[in-house]
Amino acid sequence: MASVSLKNVRKNYGAADIIKGVDIEIADGEFCVFVGPSGCGKSTLLRMIAGLEDISGGTLSIGDRVVNDLPPKDRSIAMVFQSYAIFPHMTVRENLAFGLTIANAPKAEKDAKVAEAARILQMEHLLERRPSQLSGGQRQRVAIGRAIVRKPGVFLFDEPLSNLDAALRVDMRMELAKLHSDLGATMVYVTHDQVEAMTLADKIVVLSAGTVQQVGSPLELYHRPANLFVAGFIGSPKMNFVEVTIDAVDASAIRISGPAMKAQTLPLTGAGQKAGDILTLGVRPHDFKPMDDGAFTGKVTLVEHLGNETIVNLALVNGQHLIVALDGDTACTVGETLTVGHPPEKAALFDQAGNRITG
Amino acid sequence: MASKFTRSNSTGWLMAGPAAVLMGLFIVLPFLFAIGLSFTNQRLISPNPTQFVGLSNYSQLLGIGLLTLEPERDDAGEILREEDGTVSYPALRGYTRNNPDYPQFDGMREWFSVSLGESRTYVLARDVVFAKAVVNTIIFVLVVAPVQGGLALVLALLINQKLRGINVFRAIYFMPVVVSIVVVSLLWRFIYDGQSGLLNNLLGALTFGAFPRIDWLGNPSTALGAIIAMSIWQAVGFHMVIWLSGLQTISPSLYEAAAIEGASKWQTFRYVTWPGLRNTAVLVLIVITMQAFALFAQIDVMTSGGPLDSTQTIVFQAVERGYGKQDISGGSTISVILFVFVLAISLLQRWLTREKK
Repeated sequence: MASVSLKNVRKNYGAADIIKGVDIEIADGEFCVFVGPSGCGKSTLLRMIAGLEDISGGTLSIGDRVVNDLPPKDRSIAMVFQSYAIFPHMTVRENLAFGLTIANAPKAEKDAKVAEAARILQMEHLLERRPSQLSGGQRQRVAIGRAIVRKPGVFLFDEPLSNLDAALRVDMRMELAKLHSDLGATMVYVTHDQVEAMTLADKIVVLSAGTVQQVGSPLELYHRPANLFVAGFIGSPKMNFVEVTIDAVDASAIRISGPAMKAQTLPLTGAGQKAGDILTLGVRPHDFKPMDDGAFTGKVTLVEHLGNETIVNLALVNGQHLIVALDGDTACTVGETLTVGHPPEKAALFDQAGNRITG
Repeated sequence: MASKFTRSNSTGWLMAGPAAVLMGLFIVLPFLFAIGLSFTNQRLISPNPTQFVGLSNYSQLLGIGLLTLEPERDDAGEILREEDGTVSYPALRGYTRNNPDYPQFDGMREWFSVSLGESRTYVLARDVVFAKAVVNTIIFVLVVAPVQGGLALVLALLINQKLRGINVFRAIYFMPVVVSIVVVSLLWRFIYDGQSGLLNNLLGALTFGAFPRIDWLGNPSTALGAIIAMSIWQAVGFHMVIWLSGLQTISPSLYEAAAIEGASKWQTFRYVTWPGLRNTAVLVLIVITMQAFALFAQIDVMTSGGPLDSTQTIVFQAVERGYGKQDISGGSTISVILFVFVLAISLLQRWLTREKK
């Protein structure tokens, strides 16, 4: 078991900065998920922890050792790849024992460790098969088994479920969560799928363009996004953003209005706002309710009945669209006019720089 | 809707027709012709009618005999010796020319002989030149297949890197392949020249003149080796490209997984690269073997089989006989023998390199 600590870690290819100074502390035994859009550098960051990419600057520690210049095998890590990366010409047993084979471990030790990993993953019956005879989920299990055999301080997962079909992905997600609680190991997990991030993580690191946007627990990120990027990235359907102007402000409340929004008063903590400033109001689709005195009125342009909820696309008078998630049984037809509102405390306000000032 | 092409078989045949006719005319027919002619005494141009001769062409080419001779002794039983002291044996032609006691050796000539104690064993061949051609071809294959294949793999591993200008190296190694083998052979004749050849000058310069000048192609002990070296150099780039394509099908994540497990460079090759190249290896090996068995152009341009038949090869003999000596049935027989030979070896290689269950 080991903690992982990144201090001002950087990566650049020539003049191109990929990772622009990242600070992350991952505690021993924690399940940490790196999430972000394609190209945000999350996989690169994971590969830097693994030792597959050089670190251009900063320090990376695993446990109490600085491992910047150590080869992968000496970092006490094991990695599970998106493409599984299991050796096609070896049986499952040989794959699991690969690290021990090249280290010339005695046969008894190999057998014991392979049996242990196979027991944890319930794949004793697969040991003599070849990867070509396995399904995608079984292959991924072999890859995880190979990681378990290494008894690493830190497990690294690089989008391990992306190649699986939807149903299997849900199963494997639960198995991974169980594996984490069984082994109690530190795990770092990269995904672009926010559902995986929300369900698996103790701690989520949201990355964008090589910088950390926010670090926090799943619910913290959902309820208290630090900026527009995190607010838009976490949660599905996406949070609605509306541009508003400050009409009046005092120590505890702020009154705002917009071209397609009736004036409303929201609670405010913090200072530095003045009347006339432009802000962005963020409201999650699920926080909207139909109410006669709601702030937003628009025409329904699209209705999706999902059973447990009804997703409505609302066109406001200025042409902007709101996504509203209503109860599953809400009767709603395209073309009708609908007025919706939200509890004041459920809204978030972001300043011009995109940082949250309230909510 | 099914198109006309998938419904109508005649359209398909019409489209395949031209190619099928050409292939039949220039590949299948000559092949069948060769088999047919090998059982006759047909000559390229001859006023005499063709006669069916059965397997006599084959027995003429493949006839081999072993004859052990005791030394000649005088009346006292002492071994007779030549003037230079070597043991004297009865004349070989006494056995191979009209000797009713040894009809099986009639018409054979000495191929080579070995001394075992006092006696001397002669290996006789009905067609010594062909026997030499077979041996030379086999030596050529046995040397070229592993060396060229191995060298090509080493080159492929070297150029399978992300380095600045790596394409320059790829181009350089591949260049000899795009030059005609005839041109290459002509150029290498200059390199191997006994007087002012590049190789002799180079070796002389490197050893400050200590290395004696060698007529590489004019010396029976170096001629075949010289041709082997040149042939390896000429086609190594082609097989390098095949290896390279095999290398690039191996997923990079396998190498990364091996690195995380702590595999050394050799272990990575042993456990990741080589198993991933299995099918490529079979292909390269079979292609090199086939090409090596077909050795002809280099011989024709550089040595014409000489000196002293030290560079005779099977295909060169087939052409030499069929067209040089107008003995088209003999040439056909050689072709058929080569075909059976290569087929057998390919089947053997396939069996040896099969995927073991």
